[in-house]
Amino acid sequence: MKTCLIVDDSSVIRKVARRILEGLSFTIVEAEDGQQALETCRSNMPDAVLLDWNMPVMDGHDFLKALRRLPGGDKPKVVFCTTENDVVHIARALHAGANEYIMKPFDKEIVEAKFQEVGLI
Amino acid sequence: MTPVEFDYLRHFLKKKSGLALSADKQYLVESRLLPIARRVGAANLGALVARLREPNSEALAMQVVEAMTTNETFFFRDKIPFEHFRTTMMPALLASRAATKRIRIWCTSASSGQEPYSLAMILKDMGAATAGWRIDILATDLASGVIEKARRGSYSQFEVQRGLPIGLLIKHFTQVGDQWQIAPDIRAMVQYRPLNLLCDFANLGMFDVIFCRNVLIYFDEETKIGVLNRLAQVMAPDGFLALGAAETVVGLTRALKPIPDKRGLYAPDRSAESGVGMMRSGAAKLTLVAG
Repeated sequence: MKTCLIVDDSSVIRKVARRILEGLSFTIVEAEDGQQALETCRSNMPDAVLLDWNMPVMDGHDFLKALRRLPGGDKPKVVFCTTENDVVHIARALHAGANEYIMKPFDKEIVEAKFQEVGLI
Repeated sequence: MTPVEFDYLRHFLKKKSGLALSADKQYLVESRLLPIARRVGAANLGALVARLREPNSEALAMQVVEAMTTNETFFFRDKIPFEHFRTTMMPALLASRAATKRIRIWCTSASSGQEPYSLAMILKDMGAATAGWRIDILATDLASGVIEKARRGSYSQFEVQRGLPIGLLIKHFTQVGDQWQIAPDIRAMVQYRPLNLLCDFANLGMFDVIFCRNVLIYFDEETKIGVLNRLAQVMAPDGFLALGAAETVVGLTRALKPIPDKRGLYAPDRSAESGVGMMRSGAAKLTLVAG
């Protein structure tokens, strides 16, 4: 079973995403910000990361850059999931190493389509 | 709606669009047609049926037909047909059409345009391989409303997140307010026109590739056979036909045959020279035996 780290400072979003991804047979780990997420990845690298952009302590963009520098940090497929829905943010995310990008609001269909797109399903 | 009125609508829709409605689909007819009845001031579906029976009701008839069509679509839907297009159809056609440098593609049921634009993006991204080629994409649909949307090439955030990889979104679309507008060069690659699949295709010319996906499922067997045979007649001998995952030619026509190991992909079968006629006479024989 593949693991997915859900990184979002909103407990509601984490809960909704967890429900969707558990339905797609992922084992879920959660983090409330980029720093927590980075610590999780250092100890146990997930197969996938569903990543918010705007979070306290460390935002999603800084987390992604740091993740890609970690040993084995090139392995997880990273799917941004954010309210930042403009081309500039999308291009920055791809440049930092994101594999896909979800613009909130999202539903199961979109998450499934994006995870399929990057070969996670 | 009385059984007689429902029966009238079933026959009306079959005749106008080929849509085969089973007897248990009364709820579907009611949910799709009640808004039209309200809009035109008909008290109920019975009154709407009465209007349809009147002479000169063609405009209303078209509204009813369009309301019953299913326009579900998204970019790169089902993926596999587009992989076939990229890895099987186009390489074969680029080799066999090298002298004329011309390829004609037809999306028979293009809905709001995501399918033909997906093909156009693939072609665009082939870059130098198609430079100097004239590649036409004809996109048709029964419903004029969705064709207008397709022509505009403007999609909601929800629509561009269904099937479209993010890299292609920022490459081929521009954000305009809360919509995403497809690039003019991609839009210019597709020509749209309304077309009923029950009509003759002879004036459309010949095609190298036909995408006819997820529409035959709404037809009964007789209509499927008719459409497939007429598609075969406008296909180049080495052309390709892509059908939906739940659709096939097997058992319906000998004018087309599956391409081995390419799920959903079919080719004209010239080994059955009179294949079309054979299948038609076969169908007639079955009717006689049944009768």
